[in-house]
Amino acid sequence: MSKKNLKRLDLIFKNENDGEVILVKTMARPTHDLINDLIISGLKGRGGAGYPTGLKWKLASEAEGDMKYVICNADEGEPGTFKDREILTQVPHKVLIGMAVCAKIIGAHEGYIYLRGEYKFLLPSLNEMIDDFHVLMNKIGFDFRVKIFLGSGAYICGEESALFESMEGYRGEPRNKPPYPTNSGYRKMPTVINNVETLAHTYSIFKYGPEKFKDLGVQDSRGSKVFSVSGDTPNPGIYELEFGMSVKKFVDDFGDGDAKAVQVGGASGFCVPRKKFDKTKIGYQGKLTGVSLPTGGSMMIFNSSRSMYNVLHNYLDFFVEESCGQCTPCRVGTQQLLLGIEAVKKGERSSEYLDRLLGLAENMRVTAKCGLGQSVANSFSSIVENFKEEMIY
Amino acid sequence: MNNINLTIDHIEVSVQPETTLLEAAKKLKIKIPTLCYHEDLCVAGNCRVCVVEQVGADRLLPSCATPVSEGMEILTNSLKVRNARKSVIDLLVSEHRADCTRCYKSEGCELQHLSSEYLIGEDSFIDLVPLKEYTIDYFSPSIIKDDSKCIRCQRCVRTCDQLQDIGALTVAYKGEEMKVSSFFEKPMYEVVCTNCGQCVNRCPTGALIERNYIDEVWTAINNPKKHLVVQTAPAVRVALGEALGMEAGLVVTGKMVAALRRLGFDSVLDTDFTADLTIIEEGNELLQRLKGALVDKNPDVNLPMTTSCSPGWIKYIEHMYPEMLPNVSTAKSPQQMFGALVKTYYANKIKVEPENIVSVSVMPCTAKKYEANRPEMHASGYKDVDLVLTTRELAKMIQQAGIDFEALENEEFDSFMGTSSGAAVIFGATGGVMEAALRTAYEVVTGREVPFDGLNITPVRGMEEVKEATIKIEDTLPEWSFLEGAELKTCVAHGLANAKKVMDKVRSGEASYHFIEVMACPGGCLGGGGQPIPTNAEIRAQRSKAIYEEDAGKPIRKSHDNPEVIKLYEEFLKEPLGHKSHELLHTSYVERNRY
Ligand SMILES: Cc1cc2nc3c(=O)[nH]c(=O)nc-3n(C[C@H](O)[C@H](O)[C@H](O)COP(=O)(O)O)c2cc1C
Ligand code: SF4
Ligand code: SF4
Ligand code: SF4
Ligand code: SF4
Ligand code: FES
Repeated sequence: MSKKNLKRLDLIFKNENDGEVILVKTMARPTHDLINDLIISGLKGRGGAGYPTGLKWKLASEAEGDMKYVICNADEGEPGTFKDREILTQVPHKVLIGMAVCAKIIGAHEGYIYLRGEYKFLLPSLNEMIDDFHVLMNKIGFDFRVKIFLGSGAYICGEESALFESMEGYRGEPRNKPPYPTNSGYRKMPTVINNVETLAHTYSIFKYGPEKFKDLGVQDSRGSKVFSVSGDTPNPGIYELEFGMSVKKFVDDFGDGDAKAVQVGGASGFCVPRKKFDKTKIGYQGKLTGVSLPTGGSMMIFNSSRSMYNVLHNYLDFFVEESCGQCTPCRVGTQQLLLGIEAVKKGERSSEYLDRLLGLAENMRVTAKCGLGQSVANSFSSIVENFKEEMIY
Repeated sequence: MNNINLTIDHIEVSVQPETTLLEAAKKLKIKIPTLCYHEDLCVAGNCRVCVVEQVGADRLLPSCATPVSEGMEILTNSLKVRNARKSVIDLLVSEHRADCTRCYKSEGCELQHLSSEYLIGEDSFIDLVPLKEYTIDYFSPSIIKDDSKCIRCQRCVRTCDQLQDIGALTVAYKGEEMKVSSFFEKPMYEVVCTNCGQCVNRCPTGALIERNYIDEVWTAINNPKKHLVVQTAPAVRVALGEALGMEAGLVVTGKMVAALRRLGFDSVLDTDFTADLTIIEEGNELLQRLKGALVDKNPDVNLPMTTSCSPGWIKYIEHMYPEMLPNVSTAKSPQQMFGALVKTYYANKIKVEPENIVSVSVMPCTAKKYEANRPEMHASGYKDVDLVLTTRELAKMIQQAGIDFEALENEEFDSFMGTSSGAAVIFGATGGVMEAALRTAYEVVTGREVPFDGLNITPVRGMEEVKEATIKIEDTLPEWSFLEGAELKTCVAHGLANAKKVMDKVRSGEASYHFIEVMACPGGCLGGGGQPIPTNAEIRAQRSKAIYEEDAGKPIRKSHDNPEVIKLYEEFLKEPLGHKSHELLHTSYVERNRY
């Protein structure tokens, strides 16, 4: 049924066996050239925040520290997202090579893959891969070792500073920022932390040059992106697509013909109602794209049989449980939002209470300590504002 | 490094790099509300009540956790800030069992204060309290932990971890269930908690409070059959005024004595008396140990010897370094020496049956409540100290009795057991016990006063984390000739995190001392868990100054010169470390679990 309007790309998953060649070639180049390539490519982090990768590596290369670290964030906790798992299953060597180049640029000798606990089954294959990788490192004479750290299962541990805390043996609670990881990350040392997909992209950029990557996508959102498509779709699964498509095009391709909303970026993303499909593009917030940014790349389609109240309720249930609980706006705010929509639905509070809750969500956005609490407002406000009647009746 | 320039509420300010926005605002005398922030602790930045607006930035910044940067324009009172702050306070109140009129902390509660400042009203969020189960832990004789009053600021967690390096309190669970907990959620009474009360001193709400015995004391006072004896610890008199509206650092001994009489205590006595006695017993124990080690070469003698007057320290070492318990002086703390004497010697002296005496102590300390309840503390055949009040509880009783404390005329302690030396007074400050012990021991051994100007052994004074001092012993009296030329190595630590550092060094052999003073609380007893709230380095320094002033002004400066102590030995104890002393003034310790 898929109309295949959108070009399927094969940049990430193409199985290329030239890892060693690319690595040797890349390692021979001056670091500032490599950083420049990354900056020109326009690659931004695929883990959610969309921070320019070239700039991140540059800052870490300039930071001072006795040790530096490269960490691959493979915590992939967003419900309905499994693209990082696919990348680590199919093309893990691209990720490892990305880490090695990063290590060279910033001056790191230790790297970690923070692997989501549920992905434990990947351990044997990954460890085998890492052994081969170490042989390669010895061969080219580069002192860099990668270890796997198995996560504890809490969603919040995917947040970079909570991830460091967890690796250091503490409770996974996000830290205050600044300082940022490039100055003070794992063990308070300069650290580059990147999403699995981000690292895999660097491989393509070093292999094909920045222009090829930059040619894809639109201003502010360059390259391709791996999406996890789920919900009311005949074709759920993982797709690598060009950045910058409109939600309309996406729905035309993947919807079941009756889509009333698309949740872009999972629980912490935005809900786009049908009337805005046309105007909304998929990409980082920027001048051209206007709206939305995908977190893990999750795209969830809802058709008209779905209750958006239930959708929101599920998201809030998730946040109430997955908030680390340390900061007030997020710990208590999520509970109030959840109980609040229940109270309105039951008629215990008037529909005006929704405005109070929208105000609360906005206050949470500006006061919460980390991205989790800050982004609850995304789904909350976009669902409540666009589907108000469904909240009340 | 160059200063950083910024504006706060349109006022220019120039500060050092690394200064936080909160500190910069303080410089301009702009007060930003805080809850999780505490001067003694590392920054957590979790309550979010201190947020401020940076012009041009979308999200607000936690001022306690954000360093200044050049050119910032900060607003601390914009509409956006007020809305956000109010929302945060409102949320805290919604998960809080806010029954202020029945709450022990009502007077000093930071949440209640903010809630009233920000006019948190009826039209609040949904009350979450009835939807949850909360635990209230009443089991400890020292501390009550009421989770329904907890705002999860983690000040207590940071206190126990950072200042005490114990970690008895930790954060458990996440999301809506996140709470401050102990090992396997066991009651505080069963875990490594030392009852030091440092967490109580820093808790902004009524979630951690001392177990108070105010009503028990009133009942006893009003029982005509009972003779009420009260003893007051050295650190109480330099802090009680704070809890009654006076400034920090005033010595209010005379007013305190007057107030205690007005409250109805029959004998108003002084723990300082037994502080002097402790010095005689503990000092002699040290000399005996030195002799055992140096002359008799007895392998069973344990050195270094550590002090034993801080019950928080005792419980700590029982949990954490049980193999070093033989190093702890067997001398009881002054409170317990006092208690043992009150129901024996003193009872006999005033011709009152010991069972009719109610022995009350006023302490800067919550661990003293626990100590008084230890099964060992029945040397008199009765419970030696019946009821322990903190400085805060005494202040509360004075208020309840309607006494205008500041207007009271100074009065003197009763005698006997009311006279003390300056050496006893300084027990209240870190290094004080060491200094007092040296003043006596040196003189016992050499027949001369310690070679320090005005008897002030300054190397062991002050708030440095760990202090070391070496005293060379020369020209000894003949019976102490084995100490001729010896260098007595001493060490002083306050706060259990510092104690741990010292003990680890001792255990590993990296450091060798003869005598170690440990006080569980930062600054010593003057910073005790039962002292007036708030506490910070400046307030503790004020109290310390007051203590040394009191010492300097005392006619008697050395414990062994205390005429009442001399008389006590003549009439009753006969000799230090003698038979009676062992029965009444010394104790033993037990090994405890490590969680
Ligand atoms: C609650 C929360 C969960 C997150 N989980 C993940 C995750 O599972 N994987 C990931 O790569 N980034 C996650 N992030 C984003 C990371 O904090 C971080 O921005 C990212 O790893 C940086 O890599 P990038 O620049 O390559 O995107 C999460 C952020 C938040 C706030
Ligand atoms: S926003 Fe939520 S998850 Fe993030 S620190 Fe605060 S409580 Fe924890
Ligand atoms: S802790 Fe504070 S706010 Fe809570 S009941 Fe007690 S006084 Fe009121
Ligand atoms: S009383 Fe002392 S030891 Fe016990 S929890 Fe509080 S700070 Fe920790
Ligand atoms: S018990 Fe007190 S100090 Fe500890 S988190 Fe709760 S409110 Fe804060
Ligand atoms: S006081 Fe700054 S976040 Fe709590």
